[in-house]
Amino acid sequence: MTDYPISIRSFGDHAVLVEWPNEVDVAILEDIIQFKSYLNQNCLDPNEWEMVPAYNSLTLIDRNKVIDYQSFKGDLKTWYGQRESVNHREIFLWRLPVCYDLDFAIDLEEVGEKLGISIEKVIELHTSSVFTVYGIGFLPGFMYLGGLPKALEVPRRSEPRQKVMKGAVGLAGKQTGIYPQESPGGWNIIGNCSVPIFDAKRDEPCFVNVGDKIQFYSISRAEYDLHKIQGEVGIYQFEKVKWNA
Amino acid sequence: MLKVIKSGLYTTLQDEGRFGYRDKGVPVSGVMDMLVFQNANTLLENEANSAVLEITMTGPTLLFEKDTYIVLSGAEFETTLNNEPISNNKVHKVKAGDILSYGRLLKGFRGYLAIKNGFKTKEVLGSRSQFYPITKRGTIKEKAALEYDEYLDFEPKISEFKANISLEEIVLKVSKGPEFKLMDDVQLEQLFINSFTVAKEYNRMGYQFDEKIKGHSWSMLTSATLPGTVQLTPSGKLIILMKDGQTTGGYPRILQLKDTAISILAQKKFGDKISFKLG
Repeated sequence: MTDYPISIRSFGDHAVLVEWPNEVDVAILEDIIQFKSYLNQNCLDPNEWEMVPAYNSLTLIDRNKVIDYQSFKGDLKTWYGQRESVNHREIFLWRLPVCYDLDFAIDLEEVGEKLGISIEKVIELHTSSVFTVYGIGFLPGFMYLGGLPKALEVPRRSEPRQKVMKGAVGLAGKQTGIYPQESPGGWNIIGNCSVPIFDAKRDEPCFVNVGDKIQFYSISRAEYDLHKIQGEVGIYQFEKVKWNA
Repeated sequence: MLKVIKSGLYTTLQDEGRFGYRDKGVPVSGVMDMLVFQNANTLLENEANSAVLEITMTGPTLLFEKDTYIVLSGAEFETTLNNEPISNNKVHKVKAGDILSYGRLLKGFRGYLAIKNGFKTKEVLGSRSQFYPITKRGTIKEKAALEYDEYLDFEPKISEFKANISLEEIVLKVSKGPEFKLMDDVQLEQLFINSFTVAKEYNRMGYQFDEKIKGHSWSMLTSATLPGTVQLTPSGKLIILMKDGQTTGGYPRILQLKDTAISILAQKKFGDKISFKLG
C-alpha cells in the first residue's frame, strides 16, 4: 500500500479537509475510500461525523462541535499511518440499464455525427466501458463518473436546456452521467436510465458509494417500461457484483 | 391542525437539518437563521430540533385548530393574531379558531413561527426540513394542514428575548477557506475592503452579489462544499452557499462563514450590503 503525501487543512469551525495529490487516479480514490472506512470503524462516531469523499479529497464534518484543529490534525496524521490494519471496504460494480431509444436519446444522432461514428458504435463504446464513481454531489444521487473513452468526448451543448428528464444519460467533455431528477442541463442526452439511483423513500436512498464502478447495458423500450414500474413500486432489484481490481 | 389559509411567498418547514447523506449529494437544509430558531425553541422549552415554519418576505395566514403556545422570531413583519398586533420573541397563547396573519415585512428577510413541541410532520431521512425532491413538496401550499400537539397550560420560565443580532449586523465573520492562499494582494484587498450588495440571485441555495473582485484561472477537482462556503468564480463573482446549497463544487473556496455569519446573511435581501472580516 502506498502512503501518499496528504495535506490537512482547516475548513471553517466544523470541518477539516484532507487532500491527496491533485490527480484523477483510481489508486488515490481507493486510498481515500479505505481511509474513510478506517475512520468510520475506528475513530469517528458516524452519528457525529459526516465524511464526503470526492476525487482527491476527503472532507470530515462535525455535526455540532467546533473542531480543535491543531489536535485533530495530529490525530488524523496518526490515523492515516495506522489505516492499513482494516479490511478494504467492498467495492461493487453496478450494472445499470439504459434505454438508448431515440425517444429518450434526443442528442444521440447529433453526437454520432460530431464524433464521426455510428449510433451503434456510440452505444457499444458507452456500454463496454467500466466507469469509476469519483464523487456524488451537485444533485442528490448525481455521480461524477470517470473513465470515458476518448472516442466519446464531445463538448457540452452550447445552449443548456431548461429541462432535462429524470434519468437522462448524458455526455459532456470527459464526463458521462445520469440526471437523478428533472433539472436544467447542458449535457448531450444519449439515453435514459430506467431505474432510480436515488430514492428518498428507501432506507438507504442511494446504494452506490463513491469508489464503486458503473457499467451500463442497453435495454429495449419494453424493458424500460417494465423497470419504470418496478422502480416506482420499489421492487426493482439492482444488479451488482463484487469488484476485485 | 394548523390550516394554511394563505401560503405566503416561500414558506417551508425546517428543523436543524438532514444529516448523514451529504456523501450522497443531499444538502443539509434546515433553518437559515439558526440563532433565532434556537431562541424561539428555547422560549417554548422545546427540544432543540423542533420543527418550525420559515417565512420568507411575504408571510402566510394561518388558522389554529387547537390551543397551544407560539413564538414568532427572526424578521419583523406586521403580524396580527385575530387582528390584534402580536410581537416577536415572546411566548403567546393561541386558542382554537385563532388566526395569525403576516402583513408587511419591516426588517430582515426570514421569520420563524415556532410552536410548543414543534410541528409533527413526517420525517424524511431523519429530518422534517422541506427540500424538493427529498420531500414530496418544497414549500407549504395553500390548504395544507400541519399537525401539532394541543397544549393547554404552559408557564414559560423566560417569557421574552431581546431582538437578535442577525437583523442588525452587516459584517460577516469568516475564516480562511481551503483555497484562500491562491488569492493575490489585489483580490485580498478587494475582498476585505469593499462591501458587497446582495444581487437578485439569492435563495436558500446560495447568495450572489453585484460587485465582482478580480477573477482567476485556477482549476481544481470537484470537492466538498458546506453551508457558508464562499466560492470565487473565474470571472470574479462571489457565491455564498447556504443551507440548500450543493454538497460538492468545483470553484475555489476562498472563505468560510462562521455560524453566526450564516444567520446574519440569512436575514439579508436584494440590495442589502455586507462585508467580510477575518476572525
